[in-house]
Amino acid sequence: MKKVFHVMYDDDDTLKEAASALVAKGIRVKDVFSPFPVHGIDPIIGVKRTRLGIAAFMYATTGTTLALLGMWYFMISDWPMNIGGKPNFSLIENLPAFIPVTFEFSVLCGAHGMCITYLLRNGTLPGMPASNPDPRTTDDKFVMEITTEQNVLSAKDLEGAIKDTGFFELSIKDYK
Amino acid sequence: MQKEAAIREPLILGNKSYKDITDDVVGPIQGAAPIGWKIMITISTIIAIYGVGSILYLLGTGIGVWGLNKTVGWSWDITNFVWWVGIGHAGTLISAVLLLFRQKWRMAINRSAEAMTIFAVIMAAIFPGIHMGRIWVSYWVLPLPNQFGSLWVNFNSPLLWDVFAISTYFSVSLVFWYIGLIPDFATIRDRMTKPLAKKIYGILSFGWSGRAKHWNRFEEVSLVLAGIATPLVFSVHSIVSMDFATAVIPGWHTTIFPPYFVSGAVFSGFAMVQTLLLIMRKGMKLENYIHVKHVEYMNIVIIVTGSIVGVAYLTELFISWYSGVEYESYAFINRFSGPYSWAYWIMMTCNVITPQLYWFKKIRRSLAATFILSIVVNIGMWFERYVIIVTSIHRDYDPSSWGEFHPTSVDVGVFIGTIGIFFTLFLSFARFFPVLALNELKTILKTSGENYKKQQANH
Repeated sequence: MKKVFHVMYDDDDTLKEAASALVAKGIRVKDVFSPFPVHGIDPIIGVKRTRLGIAAFMYATTGTTLALLGMWYFMISDWPMNIGGKPNFSLIENLPAFIPVTFEFSVLCGAHGMCITYLLRNGTLPGMPASNPDPRTTDDKFVMEITTEQNVLSAKDLEGAIKDTGFFELSIKDYK
Repeated sequence: MQKEAAIREPLILGNKSYKDITDDVVGPIQGAAPIGWKIMITISTIIAIYGVGSILYLLGTGIGVWGLNKTVGWSWDITNFVWWVGIGHAGTLISAVLLLFRQKWRMAINRSAEAMTIFAVIMAAIFPGIHMGRIWVSYWVLPLPNQFGSLWVNFNSPLLWDVFAISTYFSVSLVFWYIGLIPDFATIRDRMTKPLAKKIYGILSFGWSGRAKHWNRFEEVSLVLAGIATPLVFSVHSIVSMDFATAVIPGWHTTIFPPYFVSGAVFSGFAMVQTLLLIMRKGMKLENYIHVKHVEYMNIVIIVTGSIVGVAYLTELFISWYSGVEYESYAFINRFSGPYSWAYWIMMTCNVITPQLYWFKKIRRSLAATFILSIVVNIGMWFERYVIIVTSIHRDYDPSSWGEFHPTSVDVGVFIGTIGIFFTLFLSFARFFPVLALNELKTILKTSGENYKKQQANH
């Protein structure tokens, strides 16, 4: 029978110590649910740094390109205007006046692109059901999720290892 | 674990645990609305309705109902616009710039300051919209293909830069605010017992569960957003100032405008944050989270930016004389001694002289003095924009067209109305939203909480 362990801790430092101890025994921690970002837990349970920053940079450069392309088309190629004796002849001559919009549009694309990617990758979208195992994990409790599926140890051995950590509550469920 | 110097004042007072932070912030949302809140929202809604009525009357009749005339073609409309945009600068400054500088005190105030930013920018956006007169063609500011021989908008004009700046600023601030709100909505969702409230907060929380990977992404997104919002804050008010600075009107045509406007914006923004938070912390019993030290930090920002503004005023005067340009000199002599000298001296007193009182530690740490001075700054900054706009144009090159501006009841109604709408929005926020960034405050409890600091000191 596959089993899932939800081990609850009431302190972030205890959680980190427990996670380190379990990982040292070769146990894989599937996930951690916490009310706030617990600094230092990611390397312990093997969460890699996100690449959203790189994505944001790519979205922003797309914005830069689109803004310059658009302004070149509107102001220089399609309908060059002579405003106050300052005609629009080439992109490079007009560039200083195009900087503000280029900047704003890059920020617009970078910020929104990154946030949309963030929400999609998280699967956090309006109306999505919550998946935290206990409502207290958004308040003051920390839950570690360990499954037999991901570990070579038997349910009994896992339970024994978990009992050595100073947990607050333990719930064992059959894996669906 | 991270440690903090023992002599640094704690940011969270009292004997707080993680649970207490949740209780203190979510408790007021679950409980019945206090009577004071009901009275305030009734008053602000009435004012808001009056404002909406004034705007509808204006749109139905035309901007002739404002006191504008041939010479003074911009007045309260753009004054109010710049004033509101300026107020809208504190929120993102607090959450973005202070995040980059790792200032932990921001965590108690960023949520409500950002809310204030968003509401203030909405109020600001009303004015360029309605001052066009025909709001139904306001989409003409966008570069859309059209039937006028494909006549595009002018990308060389700061007025168009403003369209991009304000809309980017608004939408990015909104997203920044909401990304931070999602985990806190999840906290409320998991505490709510009434099914309808649970459902609503469930939808608002986007199914947030607080997984380690999600928090990892959350922190990266916050940091990158802060990084790109920081230059954004500075660009927005710089561009607003270029609406004036690139015009060839004596009094507007000055290169000092962008930094001067940005510091003015931060100055007025922080003053508005003080006004709102001093009421909110009392009303919602958040004295342990927003206390004297936070107020003092903000007052320091106010005195620094207020002094920058003061230096800018004096520089402008000096340069107008030093430039040797008659028109430029006249614009400034007229400013402080002409028919609008009263407005100039109100501005000088409120923005340059009274904030200097904050050099005294007693005043800087006094809540009553801060509240009064914050309102004084708000008044002063409104007059600054009024002085810049109206005194520069009311006497143009042709003395036969010299005139003065007299506001009509519609001018007043629209302005007061936006204050009403703003307060209605802010009060609704204070009632239904987590007013403190719960997830952020919990991360600093162990380093900056009073009880934890005491424990450390005793070790």
